[in-house]
Amino acid sequence: MEKFTTLKGLVAPLDRANVDTDLIIPKQFLKSIFKSGYGPNLFDELRYLDEGQPGMDNSKRPLNKDFVLNQPRYQGAQVLLARRNFGCGSSREHAPWALMDQGFRALIAPSYADIFFNNSFKNGLLPIILSEEQVEQLFRETQATEGYQLAIDLEKQTVTTPSGQSFAFEIDAFRKHCLLNGLDDIGLTLQDADAIRAYEAKRAAEAPWVFNAIAKRT
Amino acid sequence: MAGKTLYDKLWDAHLVKQRDDGSALIYIDRHIIHEVTSPQAFEGLRLAGRQPWRLDTNVATIDHNVPTTPFRSAAEIEDETSRIQVQTLEENTKAFGILEFGIGDVRQGIVHVMAPEQGAVLPGMTVVCGDSHTSTNGALACLAHGIGTSEVEHVLATQCLVAKKMKNMLVRVEGTLGAGVTAKDVVLHIIGVIGTAGGTGYAMEFGGSAIRSLSMEGRMSICNMSIEAGARAGMVAVDDKTIEYVKGRPFAPTGANWDKAVTWWKTLHSDADAKFDTVVEIRAEDIKPQVSWGTSPEMVLPVDAVLPDPQAESDDVKRNGMLRAYEYMGLKPGMKITDIKVDRVFIGSCTNSRIEDLRAAAAVAKGKKVAGSVKQAMVVPGSGLVKKQAEAEGLDAIFKAAGFEWREPGCSMCLAMNPDKLLPGEHCASTSNRNFEGRQGNGGRTHLCSPAMAAAAAIAGHFVDVREGI
Ligand code: SF4
Repeated sequence: MEKFTTLKGLVAPLDRANVDTDLIIPKQFLKSIFKSGYGPNLFDELRYLDEGQPGMDNSKRPLNKDFVLNQPRYQGAQVLLARRNFGCGSSREHAPWALMDQGFRALIAPSYADIFFNNSFKNGLLPIILSEEQVEQLFRETQATEGYQLAIDLEKQTVTTPSGQSFAFEIDAFRKHCLLNGLDDIGLTLQDADAIRAYEAKRAAEAPWVFNAIAKRT
Repeated sequence: MAGKTLYDKLWDAHLVKQRDDGSALIYIDRHIIHEVTSPQAFEGLRLAGRQPWRLDTNVATIDHNVPTTPFRSAAEIEDETSRIQVQTLEENTKAFGILEFGIGDVRQGIVHVMAPEQGAVLPGMTVVCGDSHTSTNGALACLAHGIGTSEVEHVLATQCLVAKKMKNMLVRVEGTLGAGVTAKDVVLHIIGVIGTAGGTGYAMEFGGSAIRSLSMEGRMSICNMSIEAGARAGMVAVDDKTIEYVKGRPFAPTGANWDKAVTWWKTLHSDADAKFDTVVEIRAEDIKPQVSWGTSPEMVLPVDAVLPDPQAESDDVKRNGMLRAYEYMGLKPGMKITDIKVDRVFIGSCTNSRIEDLRAAAAVAKGKKVAGSVKQAMVVPGSGLVKKQAEAEGLDAIFKAAGFEWREPGCSMCLAMNPDKLLPGEHCASTSNRNFEGRQGNGGRTHLCSPAMAAAAAIAGHFVDVREGI
């Protein structure tokens, strides 16, 4: 997993609530068996005028000029500013993969759907929660100023505006630790292999029906 | 000390290790696998040179990508990427030794229909799957929820999940449900009341006399859609119906193990003095058959209602959402729900493709004809076994005589990853769970409702109040 320490990046505003994972990456693109390559289809239905299908040459498709992320001033954005309940809907991890592949490293919104929130951390994408008022202020400033950038410091847990105003955000200590160090969850868990084995032994005695019910494939 | 909630009990029984930072390692009893969210997880295992922690906790099947017209091998799947995913699962399960119900196996079906049907999921288990509707299994008093692909890999490699304890919510539905009001209407009504983020951060228990009166299938429909109410996990306490449902299933325990299991299962309910962080009270008598009109499951109304006026909404964000929904759905405020015409009808999905759902739809369709204005009405059983059972009861004949298509099991038109799709602008009465923009096909307009309401809409060509025919 990619590390996340600090980031100073261009901000793009996506002014709608309840952005669901179908909107982030439509289901026809879930058929790939790889983790990368989803960026050009991020927000596909909003971004292009035609219907997107896997395998198309996206550079030749008609762009929806009205879609905010298509505006020249937001090209290369690394921070996505969003409204409440961002990422609702399915559990597809393709949503954070697509956001990352497009170049986003951090999100700022008043709230996120649980599974999406969780998936983001596992991929080195930082979903920051700020209050409705703070998010509203950032929307106003981003829209008013071309080239608007925010500085994010994960260690200090702050988001700083160009004028120097700083907003503190909360983050779970374990997730912060993993992000800062780019740590792989599986490796960390396997350090507790003995605890897992001890649990299994105890549980197998108490609830033997849980184990060995489903045969191994032969 | 206050008593424990059902969720507290399930959590405590699976706690491997509490970490200092508030996160915990939770043991996972069952991991259900399908073709869409697993390829990258298996790939990750290979790249890291890891083996699955154990095999007898996993079971796999194909559902999202499969065509619902008969086919005999993956090679017959026309869409190349769908074919590759189906074949990749086949290869991965074979290589790692994981049981899979593949093409042509009567047990193949939608993950959340297959798992309880096989007894792969039993009361008191922790259950995960790379699909958000895993919450369905909570109907068996399981702690069941969807996970992402990184977590699929994590569970394969460690049989554990890193989790944080959620808050407890009780949704209590007391009273008697009226005739024609089903589990689907109950859950749509709940979502209408608490909103699509109402349950975020909670494990949601459904209780009360109306929930207890429901069959296991009905409880599954309700837990299925807890994710649409924002809760990753929904659950219902064990009662006699739960135990009766599990008895005799292929992977259910027998003999002394059965007795031991039942003794434990009977403790799987919230204690009388348990503390919930939030309690939502719903009166069963207030629930009418529901139809969603917009592009979020919370945009739902009783069938006898008229569409709401966005100008009356004081919250800017909500009002904008409503305006966008009206534009996308091609509907106008003030219109009656019963004036919405349907182009297609879809009866299926992990919410409503079990035998009871098909019986309810067949009861409405019996002796009637699908309206000439409806382009397609399809019934898609949730698994090969549901299909077989329905055919044994003659339900397929009823549907076919009425002009419905009778299909092979799969996710079908729930999500447009396979050939079953809506065309732009088409309105669909659908028994699935999500009415997001483009969910059932680019530009498609989904109206969520119960199987009986969907069948009635197919016959009338527009939504009708199913209670009027009773
Ligand atoms: S039926 Fe629909 S919601 Fe259920 S698992 Fe399949 S795609 Fe997901």
